[in-house]
Amino acid sequence: MLQSVILQTATRLLMALLLLLSIWLFIRGHNQPGGGFIGGLVGASASALYTIAYGVSEAKRALRIQPKAMIGLGLSSAVLSGLIALFSGHPFLTGEWLKLHIFGELVKLGTPMLFDLGVYLVVVGVVLMVIFALEEENV
Amino acid sequence: MSSLAWTVLSGYLLALVAPWLHARLKGVSAYLLALLPLAIGLYLTGFYQAVIEGESVRSKLSWFSDKAIYLSFHLDGLSLIFSLLISFFAVFIILYASGYLKGEAHLGRFYAYLLMFMASMLGVVLADNILALFIFWELTSLSSYLLIGYKHKYESARRAAQQALLVTGSGGLAMLLGMVMLGQVAGSYELSEILLKPEILASPYADAILILLFLGALTKSAQWPFHFWLPNAMEAPTPVSAYLHSATMVKAGIYLLARISPVFAEHPYWQPVLVTLGLITALTAGILAFKSRDLKRLLAYSTLLALATLTLLLGIGGSKAALSAMIYLIAHSLYKGALFMVAGSIDHEAKSRDIHWLSGLARQMPLSFVAATLAAISMAGLPPALGFIAKELSYTSLLTLPSLTLIAIAVMILANGMLFAVSAILVIKVFLGKTPADRDPVHEAPWQMSLWPLLLAGLSIFLGLLPKFLDEIGYEGAKSIYPAAKLSHLHLFPESFNTPLLLSLITIGLGILLAFIWRPFHRWLEREADSIERGWLNCGPAKWYQWGLQDLERLSLWQLKTLQSGNIRRDLLTIFGFSFTLTLVSLWRANPSFRLDFSGLRIYDFILVFLMLAGAFTAMRARTRLTAITALGAVGSSVALTFITYAAPDLAITQFMIETLLVIIIALVLIRLPSFSTDDLSPTPKRIRDAIIAGMGGLSICLSMLAILNYPLNTKLSDYFAEQSVPFGQGHNIVNVILVDFRGIDTMGEITVLAIAALGIYALLKFGKFRNEKNEKEDD
Repeated sequence: MLQSVILQTATRLLMALLLLLSIWLFIRGHNQPGGGFIGGLVGASASALYTIAYGVSEAKRALRIQPKAMIGLGLSSAVLSGLIALFSGHPFLTGEWLKLHIFGELVKLGTPMLFDLGVYLVVVGVVLMVIFALEEENV
Repeated sequence: MSSLAWTVLSGYLLALVAPWLHARLKGVSAYLLALLPLAIGLYLTGFYQAVIEGESVRSKLSWFSDKAIYLSFHLDGLSLIFSLLISFFAVFIILYASGYLKGEAHLGRFYAYLLMFMASMLGVVLADNILALFIFWELTSLSSYLLIGYKHKYESARRAAQQALLVTGSGGLAMLLGMVMLGQVAGSYELSEILLKPEILASPYADAILILLFLGALTKSAQWPFHFWLPNAMEAPTPVSAYLHSATMVKAGIYLLARISPVFAEHPYWQPVLVTLGLITALTAGILAFKSRDLKRLLAYSTLLALATLTLLLGIGGSKAALSAMIYLIAHSLYKGALFMVAGSIDHEAKSRDIHWLSGLARQMPLSFVAATLAAISMAGLPPALGFIAKELSYTSLLTLPSLTLIAIAVMILANGMLFAVSAILVIKVFLGKTPADRDPVHEAPWQMSLWPLLLAGLSIFLGLLPKFLDEIGYEGAKSIYPAAKLSHLHLFPESFNTPLLLSLITIGLGILLAFIWRPFHRWLEREADSIERGWLNCGPAKWYQWGLQDLERLSLWQLKTLQSGNIRRDLLTIFGFSFTLTLVSLWRANPSFRLDFSGLRIYDFILVFLMLAGAFTAMRARTRLTAITALGAVGSSVALTFITYAAPDLAITQFMIETLLVIIIALVLIRLPSFSTDDLSPTPKRIRDAIIAGMGGLSICLSMLAILNYPLNTKLSDYFAEQSVPFGQGHNIVNVILVDFRGIDTMGEITVLAIAALGIYALLKFGKFRNEKNEKEDD
């Protein structure tokens, strides 16, 4: 663990930006470059930066949810998004969309978004699991 | 989603939350969980009238956008009998388990497995699509594996679980092959359509299909030579033995045979194979039952005998045998379920299952005594129990066998005589006789455990006295097996003295005789057991299994040592050498024309290529690890830039992110590696070998790309995706729509692989740490 004040201060600022970028990439993904995979990678690198600056235990605390649980949650939400179609009589993993008008704006909510969220969570979980395990080794 | 589908799938949903529910509710969770099977049972009972009137209830659900694979269900007489047994037994077993396993740490998990099994078993007997049937079939094997291995801290339980899974699982795979062939030959994967096509038998594949389906059915129903896994499966907690390994799962094979018999019973192999294997199994089971001193193993062997009888009856075929199989099935489930539960109660209260040690339990466990006696009457085939009617019917069917009739009858009389003797010994030895003075007082089991055997055993007698309740359902079941079956009324006693009754009398006489010589015979078998096991039993099927497993382990160890030595450089050498050679050989054989065309290249393409080459060169000549990695990073980033210049932003962002994370991860790994000096470089011959492999790699990629470029670009697929992206996928980013929608199932596979890889890395790192700590401790 590097105990660098410069890095720690910079991380605080960068973290917010990176996380915002990650979420933005995730949300715009369906229409413009981005998506769960890329968003997840950016999110994971944000957490990796935090881990380098503050150490694993601090990063785990800030993360609140453990990488293992994140992977499980991600896989479950991907499966769940597929199951939803079954309930409306379509084949597994058919995209089901809900079109809402909120303040006159057309908002489309669909099961592929839930699926993409699953991808996002799995990617972040997997990268962090490896990085945490490696970093813990070095302590 | 239709109701039949819910009947099957609701069990899985409840299984998901069962551990959580149990953790919240503790003692009362069983009552709540048992409500689902009860509701399913009652709901299915509601179809009784419809089924008897000849209606068939069906539901169809597409779950893959493929023509062959539907989640379709179908309820007829045969599946109604099975599904009622499955659902009502589940109620008893869950409540019984709440007493038997009271206070177990993982009881919630146990309930979850049990519910998962119930749902899968219902799926097997209700599925109309044979591929869906296969999936449920394998899920029953899987849940049986989890249940046998429930006490996973015991090696014997783990080994028995593995054995059951390997035997029934490989049978299941053979069955899958048979089913795919059957589906292709019949032109349909729906049982309801396949069974209307007797012309399947004329196909040249008919023999292979039948043999493969037999492999599935006979492993599952533990027929010789696959019988050895069932007695070992008695490692499972007793409720599991009562449910899976006597009343339901082992009958899945019988179900499959019954299901396909409208078409395949006419096949020339059908009768000889099933009759022969049934007879061999019956005899083997009878002798082994005599040898056992463990109450549960004894019951397991008697289950084998019953399964053998069922196989035999289905092998005989025809109206009589079909009805007889149905009645035998019901009778056996009732008495065997009761007997297993009683055995569990005895084990629970007296802490022993050894029939040498147990005796005189009647006074201390009166309810269990009554239940065991009534059930044993049915198992022995004595009037007025349902077992008697079942045995009479089976003798009637045996008489219709065209050849080998005398041998078959002789074997079955012997086997049934042994069953009689075993039933008698069970009651007399365990419950009657003297109470040993030195034994601690034994009490009756709690009501959750003693009520159900009493109920099931009582039902065996009740249905024996009033068999007319089974007339119609038995007929409907028989009709599913043999469509031309005729309705016949069941009677406890025939109107006049006939041959089956005579055979029954002989059986009972022989049974009494065998019961008298049980002690010396049993002792002799036990004494000889060692020499027998060293002698002729040494070549038995259980040994074949053991050898097969050992050889498989040896083989995989050998290939692991040769191909994946654990030295990462050697491993990479194997993988790269092999795949590049394959690529080059196939390129050479395809002999494509290559086209080199430098027109249309822009100035920055050359710059990027120059950057990549420079990076690669630097990496090669690097004298420190950090330089090498940074240089490789430059190559990766240049590739990402190339993606941008060719308008593939998604790929470019991904590539950049991967490069970044790779540097972080490698940096973390580098800290752990010993320091590197130029002295560590490989000697020249090795470097030449590595250079050759690397050169082959570059060459094969380059040549493949050039070869691909020479073919006209087929844009059919990409045009389709581009057109359908917005209307179907509701998104403008085609890449992402393909990832999460069009090819969602691929992505799901990929993230699963990713998760498994992460678990593997985690385990490797953590295990290494654990090992180091242990070594340090030992050094101290």
